[in-house]
Amino acid sequence: MSTMPEHSKAVGMYESMYLIRKYEERIYYLFLEGTMPGSIHQSHGQEASAVGVLYDLSPSDYMASTHRPAGHDLAKGVSVESMMCEMFAKSNGCCHGKGGAMHTGDIDVGVIPANAIVGGNIPIAAGIGLSFKLQKKDNVVVSFFGDGASNEGAFHEGINGAAIWDLPVIFVCENNLYGASTSIKTTLKIENIADRAASYGIPGEVVDGNDVLAVNEAMTRAVDRARKGEGPTLLELKTYRIPGHSRSDACAYRDDAEEEAWFARDPIKLFRSKLLETGTATEEEIAKIEAAVDERIEASVELAMNSPDPRPEEALENVYWDGGVQA
Amino acid sequence: MSTMTIVEALNRAIAEEMRRDETVFCLGEDISDANGGYGGAFAVTRGLHAEFGDERILNTPISEILIAGAAVGAAMSGTRPIADLQYGDFLFCMMDQMVNQAAKMCYMSGGRVKVPMVMRAPVGASTRGAQHAQSLEGFFTHVPGLKVICPATAYDAKGLLKSAIRDDNPVLVFEHKKLYGGKRVEDGALSTIGEVPDEDYTIPFGEAVVRREGKDITIVANLLMMYRSLEAAEKLEKEGISCEVIDPRTLVPFDYETVITSLKKTGRLMIVHEDNYNNGWGAQVAAYIAENEIYLLDAPISRIATYDVPIPFAPIMENFVVPSVDRIVEGARKLMKA
Repeated sequence: MSTMPEHSKAVGMYESMYLIRKYEERIYYLFLEGTMPGSIHQSHGQEASAVGVLYDLSPSDYMASTHRPAGHDLAKGVSVESMMCEMFAKSNGCCHGKGGAMHTGDIDVGVIPANAIVGGNIPIAAGIGLSFKLQKKDNVVVSFFGDGASNEGAFHEGINGAAIWDLPVIFVCENNLYGASTSIKTTLKIENIADRAASYGIPGEVVDGNDVLAVNEAMTRAVDRARKGEGPTLLELKTYRIPGHSRSDACAYRDDAEEEAWFARDPIKLFRSKLLETGTATEEEIAKIEAAVDERIEASVELAMNSPDPRPEEALENVYWDGGVQA
Repeated sequence: MSTMTIVEALNRAIAEEMRRDETVFCLGEDISDANGGYGGAFAVTRGLHAEFGDERILNTPISEILIAGAAVGAAMSGTRPIADLQYGDFLFCMMDQMVNQAAKMCYMSGGRVKVPMVMRAPVGASTRGAQHAQSLEGFFTHVPGLKVICPATAYDAKGLLKSAIRDDNPVLVFEHKKLYGGKRVEDGALSTIGEVPDEDYTIPFGEAVVRREGKDITIVANLLMMYRSLEAAEKLEKEGISCEVIDPRTLVPFDYETVITSLKKTGRLMIVHEDNYNNGWGAQVAAYIAENEIYLLDAPISRIATYDVPIPFAPIMENFVVPSVDRIVEGARKLMKA
C-alpha cells in the first residue's frame, strides 16, 4: 500500500495530473472545432504515469518522450503556454512552430524534443546517461516509450548499452495495451514487458500505472539506484489511454467491458478520492486548484490564438546550429 | 612539421582534441587496443586507450543503433562524441538515428538543441564484396542538418577532423580504406604520407583545393578518385589535354565557387566519384552548374562514377565497376571532342 506524501507534494501531484487532463481535453475540442492544424496523439488517462515518474526530478535531470508527449512535457515543467502556442503553430511555441505536437520539449527544463519514431529515444537516453556519467553529474534521464517500442531493435540496443555501462537511465514503458490499433496479445508472447529486464541483467518492475503513488514509489527506487551509479531500471506501467491512438481513431478495436473496467480506475478520480478520504486535502482546496488550472488553460488558448505566426522564411533557419540556413 | 599517414593524422587529431577538451570522447566497436583489442578496425584509435582509459575510448557492443543514438544523446547533453563505424556500410543499421534524430534535433527544437557529434565511416571498394565496399556520400548529402566531409590527405585529415570535432552540428567523416596508409595493408592502396604541421590548426568546411592546375578540363573528384584523376591528368598532359583537378574536401557545405572559377578558364566539367552514378553527389554538382552557370560550359557535363551495381567481389570485376585511371582518361578525350 502506498503512503500518501506530505501535503504540498500530494496536492502538487494532483494539480499536475489535473493540468494534463484539462490540457488534453481542451486540445481535443480545439481539434474538433478545426481550430488547430496537424495531428494529435493524446495522453489523458495516463496522467499517473507522467506525474508519478517526473514529479521529483529537477530541471537538470533529462526526459525523452514520444509521439504522445504532452503529459510528460507538462509534468516535467514545459509551460502550458509554450505548449499551447506550439499546438497553434505560433512563433512563440516551445519549438517556434518547427516541432509541432509530436516534438514538443524545452531544453531549459531538461526536455529534449519529443521523438515520433517509436523506440527512437531509447538509445538517445542511453547516450544522455553516458554523458552524465562522463561529466560526473549525478543527474538521471527518463526514457518514456510504449508497449509497441519494446519490440523495436532500438529498445534492445539502447537498454543493453545502458545496462553494461551502469548508466543513470530509467526506462519507463507505458503499456496501454495497444500499439495504435493492434493489441499486445498479438505482438507479445510474454505477459509482462518488465520481464525483458532480466535479459539485460537489470531490475524490471511491473507497476499499476493508474496509481500515481505506486508509480512515484517505484520511480524513487529506480532513481536512487541510478544516482548511486548502480545502473538503469525498466519500469512497466500498466495503463490505458482514454482517447484513440490519434485524432481520427474511434477505438473500434477496444471492447466496451475493457473500456469500462479501465475508466472505472481513472487515475485522476482515484487520486482525488484518496486525497479526500485520507484528509490530505479538502474539497474546497481541490476545487480551488482546479479552477486555477482551468483558468490558466483558457488563458493559454487566448494567448496562442493571439500570438504571431512565424514568418514563412523562418523555415530556412535552424537547420544547423551556427548558421541556420541550409549549407 | 612532421610527415605521416592519414591514419596517424586522424589519430593525432583525436588525441589532441581529447587533451584540449575533456568532453570529447570516442565510442565504437573494437576501438580500444587494451587487452589485445584492435584500436579500431583500421587502427585509427590505436594507442589512445593508454592515455585516455576505458571511459573515453569506449568499446561498444555490435550495436549500431546504440552507437549512433548514444552519440546523439551524449552530444545533446554536454559532451562531444566521436563515433567509429568500422565500415560505412553499417550506416544503414543506424539510419534512423542519423537522419531522423541527429540531423533534425536542432531544427525540431526551433534551434534550441545542438548535436555536436562526429561519425567516422570508412568507404571504398577493397575486395570485401558488396556489404563492406560502398561509397555512401550521396545518401547523406541529401539530408539537411548533416555536414559531410571527405579528407584525402594527411594534412586535410587532421585539420578537417579537428574542425568536425569542434563543430556544433553532426558531421559525417568519410575516410577511404585505400588511403589510410596504416598497418592494415589494402590491395591497391596509395601512399598518402604527407606533411602535417605540429602546431594546432583547423581547416574550415566549404573550401575546396585545386590539386593540379590546368586549362582544358575541370575535374572535380574526391577521396581515391582525386588521386586517380591526378594520375589521369598526368597521362592526358602528354596528349596535350590540360586538366585542373579540384578536391572538394567537404561535400556539405560544398564550395561551388572554386569550381565556377575553374570553369571560367576551362569551359569543361568532369566529375569523378566512387559513389555510384545515379544520384551520386556529382549529380547535384552537375545540376547546380547546369542551373546556374550553363553559359560557362563549352561541352556537356561528364560524370565518371561507379556503375549502378552492388560492388562485386572478384577483383577483376571490382576494378571494372569502380572508375579507373583509363576510364577517366577515356572520358576526358571524349569530353574534348564534344
